[in-house]
Amino acid sequence: MVDLAVDIGGLRLANPVMPASGTFSDGLARVIDFNRLGAFVIKTVTRELRAGNPTPRVAETAGGMLNSIGIPSKGIDYFFDETLPFYKRFKPPLVVSISAPTADGFASLATELGVSGVAAIEANISCPNLEEDGRAFAMTPHATASVVARLRAATKLPLWVKLTPNTGDIADVARAAEANGADAVVVANTILAMSIDVATFRPRLGSVTGGLSGPAVKPVILRQVYQCARAVKIDIVGCGGIATGADAVEYMLAGASAVQIGTATFIHPTALIRVIDEIEEFCNHRGFSRISALTGALMRAGVDETDLEWRQEAGE
Amino acid sequence: MMDSLYPVREGFSVAEQSAVVIANTAVNPEYRHLVVTAEPPATAALAGQFFHLLCPSSPDGNPFLRRPMSVYAVDAMRGRVEFLYKLMGAGTRGLAMLEPGDRLNMLGPLGKGFALDPAWKHIIVLGRGVGLATLAPLALMAERASVRVTAILSARRPDLVMSVDLFRARGAEVIVVNDADHSSEVGNVERLLRDLVARGRADAFFTCGSNRLLLLLQRLGNEHGIPGQVALEQQMACALGMCFCCVRDFHAPNGGVEHRRVCWEGPVFGLQEPLSW
Ligand SMILES: Cc1cc2nc3c(=O)[nH]c(=O)nc-3n(C[C@H](O)[C@H](O)[C@H](O)COP(=O)(O)OP(=O)(O)OC[C@H]3O[C@@H](n4cnc5c(N)ncnc54)[C@H](O)[C@@H]3O)c2cc1C
Ligand SMILES: Cc1cc2nc3c(=O)[nH]c(=O)nc-3n(C[C@H](O)[C@H](O)[C@H](O)COP(=O)(O)O)c2cc1C
Ligand code: FES
Repeated sequence: MVDLAVDIGGLRLANPVMPASGTFSDGLARVIDFNRLGAFVIKTVTRELRAGNPTPRVAETAGGMLNSIGIPSKGIDYFFDETLPFYKRFKPPLVVSISAPTADGFASLATELGVSGVAAIEANISCPNLEEDGRAFAMTPHATASVVARLRAATKLPLWVKLTPNTGDIADVARAAEANGADAVVVANTILAMSIDVATFRPRLGSVTGGLSGPAVKPVILRQVYQCARAVKIDIVGCGGIATGADAVEYMLAGASAVQIGTATFIHPTALIRVIDEIEEFCNHRGFSRISALTGALMRAGVDETDLEWRQEAGE
Repeated sequence: MMDSLYPVREGFSVAEQSAVVIANTAVNPEYRHLVVTAEPPATAALAGQFFHLLCPSSPDGNPFLRRPMSVYAVDAMRGRVEFLYKLMGAGTRGLAMLEPGDRLNMLGPLGKGFALDPAWKHIIVLGRGVGLATLAPLALMAERASVRVTAILSARRPDLVMSVDLFRARGAEVIVVNDADHSSEVGNVERLLRDLVARGRADAFFTCGSNRLLLLLQRLGNEHGIPGQVALEQQMACALGMCFCCVRDFHAPNGGVEHRRVCWEGPVFGLQEPLSW
């Protein structure tokens, strides 16, 4: 028996595997057993009704996809009337992803979500900040610090902050989140990207640019998790291109305490369950009794190991 | 990557299955007919529902996302599902490489299918191109419900019209129109439809595959108070209502315009609900 439980910024999860915001909804209950998930993370909720971006909203690329969904939202009332009661029927804790165009907007939404059934807030600060010329909050340590401080003052719930990979120094942004009261950082959202159809000379996405996700982003985001892990003490949730148990283990070795799975679910709707089974199998096989022992267990040549014998042992 | 199939547990209405290809043959220069084995819940697929197919790689490319494909026919007794697909890009060209005995990973059945009102005695099925694949299983559904069908099947050339025999075998009256002799022009199709309406053959309209024909049916439906259903297409990623890639514009109940997901609220919608595109 492997102990798969993890503690993420004060929230206990039965296992470290959960869906990524925007890639999961009640529809998946037709295919998998929701009670097996470590947590639920729902599509980003905004206060106001939002339509989202023009179509086409999706385009495929080598080993991944671009999306320009935006954040269509049915608003906060729909969340309380429909979404919250639905997820209350299941065991895993509900993490609510939120977004707002201003720090005040984030704070008031977080306060309003302090109700039974909401286990944690995931602040999606990768969205445009109207007070900073529309640049995403998470692009600068400065904007991150101010929005996280407001959020911290506004809620007692565990506060996870989701970072954008589209920044020069993600470790500095993670530090700003930690210093202002974040309980965990989620690394990361999609990579800003685009694609053009050479037959028509048109962009493949209706809004020209969009976010890249899937296996193509994994090495980039893995590097960012590693950088954040060296910069902060708070928990890190790794998210980017994870499709298998081995991918999840890779993220944990780089410093993540839990993982989120997005695009892989579109290709194989059972991906979340499969990753849970595969990381358990991995631990059994490698003799780990607790999954949390993998976090940050990366071995760097000449730094973390005393000699090179480990290669043989690990490789069996 | 996860190419093999993950074991499915009982009790879920949608499943990923590793089907075995029984046949995959050219119907004409543009379309192919694919027959695969299927187990429940796939064999519970209804007319208008679809599967999301993981298409193999081919020299034309490596399809990353699945491809939505309507159910062309289902035989629950023998455990078969059939598709009729048009060769387009990497996905469908990858499908074309499948040989009997090969495996095809399919997810389904998905979406909301067609529904017949017991009060209807005679329906009109108007389809064009790929839309004929989606509409074909209506023939059997109507036959079972003792509803008479008039099928108007439209294509660019006479040799590209499909499903004529399938509709006739189910007792439908079939009218073929095509671009080559201009019989498929909206004016002519409208004349055919008005004649059928006048003869009491149009308790409901069913359509798929053409925006122009949808507009025509919306107009006639409005004029004569005739209900109907339309199957829509849109690019998809998840096909389970999760990603909001597949939205189209619809008339909202309050008079405005709203987005609905083709994979989840559809792909079959009330005839008057979608805005044309
Ligand atoms: C519910 C539904 C049922 C369908 N049923 C059938 C059917 O029975 N027979 C048939 O031949 N075709 C059907 N289609 C269309 C079929 O899905 C596309 O032709 C196919 O996805 C093209 O993929 P490709 O890689 O060959 O072409 P490409 O043009 O290279 O595809 C590129 C991308 O665009 C998407 N795409 C392109 N055309 C369409 C389209 N018309 N609808 C949705 N996505 C599209 C593809 O899925 C892919 O993600 C259906 C579509 C939907 C939404
Ligand atoms: C279709 C789609 C919609 C998304 N919507 C959101 C969203 O609403 N909020 C958010 O924080 N991230 C959103 N994301 C980003 C994912 O949560 C995740 O960070 C990203 O896709 C990387 O993980 P993956 O490679 O496993 O998909 C979305 C991603 C996709 C593909
Ligand atoms: S394809 Fe994902 S919501 Fe329809």
